[in-house]
Amino acid sequence: MTNPSAGLIGGASAGKADPKRVGDKVFGALAGASGIMILVILAAVATFLLVQGAPALFADPAKLISQGYGEFASWVLPYAFGTVWAATLALAMAVPVAIGIALFISHYAPRRLAQPLGYVIDLLAAVPSVVFGLWGAELLAPAVKGLYSWLNANLGFIPLFSGQVSGTGRTILTAAVVLAVMVLPIITSLSREVFLQAPRLHEEAALALGATRWEMIRMAVLPFARPGIIAAVMLGLGRALGETMAVTMVLSGGRSISFEVLTSQNPNTIAATIALNFPEAFGLKTNQLIAAGLVLFLITLVVNMIARWIVSRRAEYSGAN
Amino acid sequence: MSKRIEITDLNVYYGSFRAVEDVTMTIAPKSVTAFIGPSGCGKSTFLRTLNRMHEVIPGARVEGEVLLDGENLYGPGVDPVRVRRQVGMVFQRPNPFPTMSIKENVLAGINLNNRRMPSSAKDELAEHALRGANLWEEVKNRMNLPGSGLSGGQQQRLCIARAIAMEPEVLLMDEPCSALDPISTLAIEDLMNELKEKYTIVIVTHNMQQAARVSDVTAFFNIAGTGAPGRLIESGPTDKIFSAPDVKATEDYISGRFG
Repeated sequence: MTNPSAGLIGGASAGKADPKRVGDKVFGALAGASGIMILVILAAVATFLLVQGAPALFADPAKLISQGYGEFASWVLPYAFGTVWAATLALAMAVPVAIGIALFISHYAPRRLAQPLGYVIDLLAAVPSVVFGLWGAELLAPAVKGLYSWLNANLGFIPLFSGQVSGTGRTILTAAVVLAVMVLPIITSLSREVFLQAPRLHEEAALALGATRWEMIRMAVLPFARPGIIAAVMLGLGRALGETMAVTMVLSGGRSISFEVLTSQNPNTIAATIALNFPEAFGLKTNQLIAAGLVLFLITLVVNMIARWIVSRRAEYSGAN
Repeated sequence: MSKRIEITDLNVYYGSFRAVEDVTMTIAPKSVTAFIGPSGCGKSTFLRTLNRMHEVIPGARVEGEVLLDGENLYGPGVDPVRVRRQVGMVFQRPNPFPTMSIKENVLAGINLNNRRMPSSAKDELAEHALRGANLWEEVKNRMNLPGSGLSGGQQQRLCIARAIAMEPEVLLMDEPCSALDPISTLAIEDLMNELKEKYTIVIVTHNMQQAARVSDVTAFFNIAGTGAPGRLIESGPTDKIFSAPDVKATEDYISGRFG
């Protein structure tokens, strides 16, 4: 057994180093190339953003004020805030609902109901964002005006709901609701897949200890699914941060940094700002918009790194060992 | 703390398929009862009906009676969750919760119904259960490390500790040693001998030497063929089943002529 290849393959390969089969080589090369391709694409995008954004990043503030949209940091800050704030609101609404639906499909619903429900959720992911934008602007925004007034009147002491209520309903909260509906299917289907993979062994262990179904889910399913849920939320967050069309159509955004979600003074998001201004931008303005894109790219990167860190923090308890 | 189990005319169905037919037997308290028989003869299925764990499988249902000291487990209004708190179970493969520490694993069942127990009492209980499972000396310095870091045999004893921490009336063991090496198996068998001082123990095993070593009573299950329901062929004192069984099939199985 010291040299298995010599014994098994015989004289043909004697002296040669580890002969590989053609299929192995081809597949190895293809997989390797795909892996490298991702890195190349990512590097290309980052390079483009850096190179095209640099003129705005390093321009004289005075020049930016006259030829661009204004001094870069103070110009991009409200949009960066709007991006993160809208996405946060969206996730706060979508995640509990998504996990609830996923658990219902995986552990509560009878099989006859679970499967169609799963399909419907997946179908929701296939709706184009422009349709969500139309729905949000034409139907949702007018419809929630009454609710917003009520929230403002009755829960106005909570800073979130304070301020002067918007007359159009096209506030950041409405945009966040639309975003929540858009990220719901991603988070739901991924979580459902993870919940279904929770080991039966551990579910039975919990049940045999006299756990009710909910206790079993808390003991055996949710801890197992935690990294998967975080990954699903991150994918949803990625979509919420980068979503352009729906936000552009729903939100009447400006440049105010405010946590009040019902007023007409809303920060716009980076993606929507780029989409709104790009057609008429030229010269330094184009560079400035691309630099804003770079900021969005960085926000996404940081968010993903935080998620990785959360997942890895309790790796020894993941059951992988 | 241990109870007698009386089973009368028990039938188990998976949908329309009858898996176990007409089992009637009595399991004595403070003893080890072993179920033996070829694969697919329904002994594991039958074991699961003793704490209603078969209900986890969709379409599984039971006809007949299982009395735990006179109380019918299948009576109207009996909550399976309560049944399982009295009748503990240890599975074929060790299944400590991977996201919990050793201590959390032992206390998993306790934390379900007795959350307000002071932590000193919990520590005491965890130590008591782990001593009961002969695991305390090996883990007392690593109580806060994950349970999945233990060896297979230690994990199985951790699962036994988790079950006995609940102070059940009955302990069901579904082939508890089938994934373990001989030394760990011996440790579990020794443990069973100690545990039967306090609990009613029912074990399913494929290993006939194990049944002969650990059990006081042996029950032999068999099937007539594929698709036929499993039946209890005979049960009796282990000495008698292994030396002079009444039924020829039992003798054939035990002497290795089939199965």
